Amino acid sequence: MAYSFPEEVLEHVFSFLSLARDRNAVSLVCKSWYEIERWCRHRIFVGNCYAVSPEIVIRRFPELRAVEMKGKPHFADFNLVPEGWGAYAYPWIAAMAEAYPFLEEIKLKRMVVTDESLELISKSYKNFKVLVLTSCEGFTTDGLASIAANCRHLRELDLRESEVEDLSGHWLSHFPDSCTSLVSLNMSCLGSEVSFSSLERLVARSPNLRTLRLNRAVPLEKLANLVRHAPQLVELGTGAYSSEIRSDTFSSLADAFSACKQLKALSGFWDVVPSYLPAVYSVCSGITSLNLSYAAIPSSDLVKLISQCQNLQRLWVLDYIEDSGLEALAASCKDLQELRVFPSDPFGAEPNVSLTEQGLVSVSEGCPKLESVLYFCRQMSNAALIAIARNRPNFIRFRLCIIEPQAADYLTLEPLDAGFGAIVENCKELRRLSMSGLLTDRVFKYIGTHAKKLEMLSIAFAGESDLGLHHVLSGCDSLRKLEIRDCPFGDKAVLANAAKLDTMRSLWMSSCSVSFGACKLLAQKMPRLNVEVIDERGPPDSRPESCVVERVYVYRTVASRQRLDMPDFVWTLDEDSSMRYS
Amino acid sequence: MSQKINHKQWSLQQKSKLRWVRGTHFGEIYNVVVAHKPDKGGHLPTKLTHFSFLFTHHCPHLKGKKDRVFMQIGLLGGGGLFTMSSSEESYSYPDESDLELGLGLSLGGGKTKTKTKHLVAAGGGGSWDHYARILTAKDFAGVVSDKTSSSSSSSSSSSSITKVNTSGTKRTAESPCSPPGRSAIRFSYGSSQVVGWPPVRTYRMISMSNQVKSPVTEQLFSIDDKCKSKNADTPNPNHGSCKNNNISKENGFAKTSLFVKVNIDGVAIGRKVDLNAHTCYEALSRALDDMFMPSASVGGRGSNMEKQSSVAGKRQPVRFHDGSSDFVLTYEDKDGDWMLVGDVPWEIFLSSVRRLRIMRTTDAKGLAPGSQERNRRRPVTPL
Repeated sequence: MAYSFPEEVLEHVFSFLSLARDRNAVSLVCKSWYEIERWCRHRIFVGNCYAVSPEIVIRRFPELRAVEMKGKPHFADFNLVPEGWGAYAYPWIAAMAEAYPFLEEIKLKRMVVTDESLELISKSYKNFKVLVLTSCEGFTTDGLASIAANCRHLRELDLRESEVEDLSGHWLSHFPDSCTSLVSLNMSCLGSEVSFSSLERLVARSPNLRTLRLNRAVPLEKLANLVRHAPQLVELGTGAYSSEIRSDTFSSLADAFSACKQLKALSGFWDVVPSYLPAVYSVCSGITSLNLSYAAIPSSDLVKLISQCQNLQRLWVLDYIEDSGLEALAASCKDLQELRVFPSDPFGAEPNVSLTEQGLVSVSEGCPKLESVLYFCRQMSNAALIAIARNRPNFIRFRLCIIEPQAADYLTLEPLDAGFGAIVENCKELRRLSMSGLLTDRVFKYIGTHAKKLEMLSIAFAGESDLGLHHVLSGCDSLRKLEIRDCPFGDKAVLANAAKLDTMRSLWMSSCSVSFGACKLLAQKMPRLNVEVIDERGPPDSRPESCVVERVYVYRTVASRQRLDMPDFVWTLDEDSSMRYS
Repeated sequence: MSQKINHKQWSLQQKSKLRWVRGTHFGEIYNVVVAHKPDKGGHLPTKLTHFSFLFTHHCPHLKGKKDRVFMQIGLLGGGGLFTMSSSEESYSYPDESDLELGLGLSLGGGKTKTKTKHLVAAGGGGSWDHYARILTAKDFAGVVSDKTSSSSSSSSSSSSITKVNTSGTKRTAESPCSPPGRSAIRFSYGSSQVVGWPPVRTYRMISMSNQVKSPVTEQLFSIDDKCKSKNADTPNPNHGSCKNNNISKENGFAKTSLFVKVNIDGVAIGRKVDLNAHTCYEALSRALDDMFMPSASVGGRGSNMEKQSSVAGKRQPVRFHDGSSDFVLTYEDKDGDWMLVGDVPWEIFLSSVRRLRIMRTTDAKGLAPGSQERNRRRPVTPL
């Protein structure tokens, strides 16, 4: 059987397997398949950088070319993870620099990346091609300069939503004139102005450039020039979209856009002056993705633009669109698959726009392919949620944020259990759910009963007792990531479902009722889980065991439970069964 | 009316139109009083959308930042006074006759779109204030055993947000742990008081805020001087109501936001205010009043003040832009200096302000020696 095939043949067969899931399955068949597979795996994805160590990865997969990794838990996006918690990229970069001289791709999300790391990347990998840093932090434009200067074959430099210390725009000028390989450049998160002539020349000498996302500092008057150099663009992110109203600027821009026959995605649009929007009308019919989430434009202008985009599949927009705009969207964009509506004034006490649950209902009615929603609003009702669920049983992602915590159904003043219950019951393929509003344990019962494909669940200010958490942990068969904040869930549910945690990537609980004693117990019971107590009040063992912890982050790991970079507010169980801190 | 809380999960069923009141057990509940502010005629509004509860810093979940916790409960029919107190203390409320009390007051449920803003707990030993106001450690002093909190529990006209958070932090060192079985505390006091809520990434907020006003906006849109035409009842003039006119929309879209942080002394968590939403100091001042001292701006100003004071009987609402307040509005400018707000023209202020701070008058002495004098003559500027 296995012996009768030469390794090369098996390798060739395996080369058709791209999904990690398939490769993992293959490597479990027998030892020789495990060996063959590991030598020909070129791409890995590590969902939690602390689930495994660089040494383990390098030992098992000696021939990697692409590494994708995630660091901090999702709630770090909302400042719930204290500064300095971890997720440093450097140890990985350094280890891989030695082990993988032919590494081509590094994609990191929510990790701390330093200039040293970037410099090391730029100097260690001769064939480096792709660097994607999503929501990362810790580096400056100097690091970018190293990448630009040294990566001769760079294809992608994508800094989406990272926090970069912007020392100057000079980094862009470090791309050597010989660099013509650029396919994707996303610098939208940067603040300072780059040298426009450098940028223009870079764009002009990159015939393969498909994605160009500029930062706000690139003025509208210059946009036309850039676009003219790259009519082959597929994705364009503008800079600031405002300028004095001048007909020559307008017509120049309109002409430039009309030459872009392949443009599919538009983003940027800071500081929009609506009069300039018609300049993109010529490309609207081909647009499938539109990110207007920084554009403060009235609903009427939004509608004029959107109604030109008949083939729109993805729309990110601010709540300025209002219910009326969403209704128009539902009428014109029948291919819509993803909608995200962000709040323009999330901290205001009163609504500043007329966006209610009705907008979402309209879109769910009118857009048969809608499968992914992120919606911020200020009022919701069970009736609306039930209608939405019935309209759109094909939801895969449903994230609803009612801005006021624990807001009840505004019509009946009841909890929104029935509404969310309808969502999980009708949407059998639901993989991701974020809930808000007033919710009792009942909604968790519905979730545990129906949400069998649910992989990620985010809960805030919900529930009444441990029973709620128990329903979720015991019922959701596919659950991988669970993040909870400010809910009355405690020891009983966590300990009773300890085994479940081994099947998940991670569990985050902050401002809940999990006691330190329970954390210790859990860590003792489950040796392959790392139970991190993240508490800024000092050592947890200086308080009674019954004291609740501020935050606990539980994840499965094959690496050591005492990670070397633990800050002083993180405690994990030590070998001798006491919680130690570094 | 008062009720003891048994530190268990409770729900309060109603007789008539009270819908649903829920809660979980919190640390130990002290002096929880929920009230609502009367309208201009001195009547309590007939609808309440939510009640809120106030928890003291005794709850160990509450660090300095989280010393005020409010929880929404379902609609309680009728404005009312609903108090729960710990077993250690009970409070009497002298002017109950002016208030519609408690549960069971009939009220259609039905739609109510306007949430009562900033419902806060009020009250303290013997001091009943008809206006909702933000409580302080003083109010709990009788109950709380923390010696570091202010001792007086009676109201005084200088009551304000005192060092609740600092005593909270000290508290956590002393008695840091809640007894077993306590549930989590929930937070619900306007979204901006809660860390990380609503879940909008900071990156997005920063990207949306605009430090430079586009010159185009001046050309394209006329910006009314809202100060003159403003209705005293509207706290946020540029945040027009939903169905509002085009003007406010145009103005709203021509300017992008200029969010700056505002901190008030004594509270660790700051808030943010959009300076571009206001066109003059008075508007800003009013907005900040609403944000931090919600009771203070009810019913308008000026001549109504006396009426309110007399109705209240006891304490004056705390405000910071007339002469009688304990607080002063200051800002940090581009050079890092702290200045009194109001000294320079509004546009110049906008271009140089980095953040705001509501300082205690006592701390603000060093700021501008002559300003006290000067500012008294100018009613719109903060003192």
